[in-house]
Amino acid sequence: MTTPAEFYERDRAWHPPAQTPIYKTSVTRSPQYALLSLQQSVSEITGPTFGHTDIDPLDRDLIHNYAKDGGSAIGERIILHGRVLDENARPIPNTLVEIWQANAGGRYRHKKDTYLAPIDPNFGGCGRTLTDENGHYYFRTVKPGAYPWRNYVNSWRPAHIHMSIFGTAFCQRLITQCYFEGDPLIERCPIVNTIPDMAAQGQLVAALDMNATIPLDTIAYKFDIVLRGRRSTMFENRLDGN
Amino acid sequence: MVQKLDYLKETPSQTAGPYVHIGLAPGAAGFDIYQQELGWDIAGPNAKGERIRVEGIVIDATGSPVKDVMLEAWQANSEGVYAHPESPGEVEEGFRGWGRVITDFETGEWGFDTIKPGPVAARAAMGGEVRPAADEELQDAYGRGHAGLRQMAPHINLWIVARGINIGLNTRIYFEDEAEANAEDPVMNLIEWERRRKTLIATRTLRDGLPVYRFDIKLQGEDETVFFDI
Repeated sequence: MTTPAEFYERDRAWHPPAQTPIYKTSVTRSPQYALLSLQQSVSEITGPTFGHTDIDPLDRDLIHNYAKDGGSAIGERIILHGRVLDENARPIPNTLVEIWQANAGGRYRHKKDTYLAPIDPNFGGCGRTLTDENGHYYFRTVKPGAYPWRNYVNSWRPAHIHMSIFGTAFCQRLITQCYFEGDPLIERCPIVNTIPDMAAQGQLVAALDMNATIPLDTIAYKFDIVLRGRRSTMFENRLDGN
Repeated sequence: MVQKLDYLKETPSQTAGPYVHIGLAPGAAGFDIYQQELGWDIAGPNAKGERIRVEGIVIDATGSPVKDVMLEAWQANSEGVYAHPESPGEVEEGFRGWGRVITDFETGEWGFDTIKPGPVAARAAMGGEVRPAADEELQDAYGRGHAGLRQMAPHINLWIVARGINIGLNTRIYFEDEAEANAEDPVMNLIEWERRRKTLIATRTLRDGLPVYRFDIKLQGEDETVFFDI
């Protein structure tokens, strides 16, 4: 058996560091010791695979996937779409993308959320889909509202959708948050500002995409996701992959 | 000016937040939405090998349990094969090798049922072949030269996210009753401080005849768990 082709090293100066005191909860939940860097083995370059039997086509439509008969969620109807690519700009097909979010008023359907904005009886707040053969995904949902949280006394999260992506390897596993173009809360948010690089922050802002809207029905935002790229196996293959 | 390297940058991580369960374990958040939640059955009914339970708690720097964690496990079957095309060999039908669990909101306890994984081939030296272990091929002072040998001890790969964790933490669960294999494990041997190695070893007890491995995770401070950049 030969050495597996590794994934590119994660740029940890691009990601948020563990300890970010502006985001208070990180203070007691961040390791103090350095991470131990591993050259990858089969344990890291493999990961779970998912198929169409795992999910229902309705799972990607948050306007309807928790609605009662004939109902639909209240709020600004949006399509959230984009591609899952690797750092070599190659599409990642058939990978699982999961999302969760608050409703249009900023209220989560979660027993631990006691914010006074009401639950929407026709909105659950989670969805999932597989990317197609070109790495493309889309969801239909309502734009989430901003909500207050206990960090500083007057901290408000920008409108955001949480996103979980698998890729093909356990070392590509990623959870992030998608923000929306033009939101003045983005630059004020301690969680956004855990990311030191402004260009990296910008990579989390979905662009209004008028070309993808459905006229008289649903507006659209585009959010591409980039997972770690993979090296060619230098001594086994030509470098044509890179 | 030099030419531009046209690589894309990886999408930056953000915390999973306190409501991660809505998306990834909605039943725990308090509502049923999916016909089938993913990640409940790691090994499936046909898996060979020893049935085990793994459980523990995640502890923060103040010594308190963290009660809003999600953990994902990724493991090989009892013969050391992962359910993935790049892992040589076959797995039993229904063996996924992946699971996700959340901590109890009241106690912070988490646990999952699975089978004990078998040893997995270690990585080879760059461009080289995996060969049988030779005693003289231990790592040097820079941690080099561990490759080209042997197998890794049985382990479960773990990924941990929560509110306050900005980027998911990777660690590994090893097993107390595999002392000989653990002593030879190339990853375990990369940990320079021998007393930190024990933070990766789950302790074994029997409960109603079922082996239960205890694996507590300390995020920060004394006896902080070893986390990896994989």
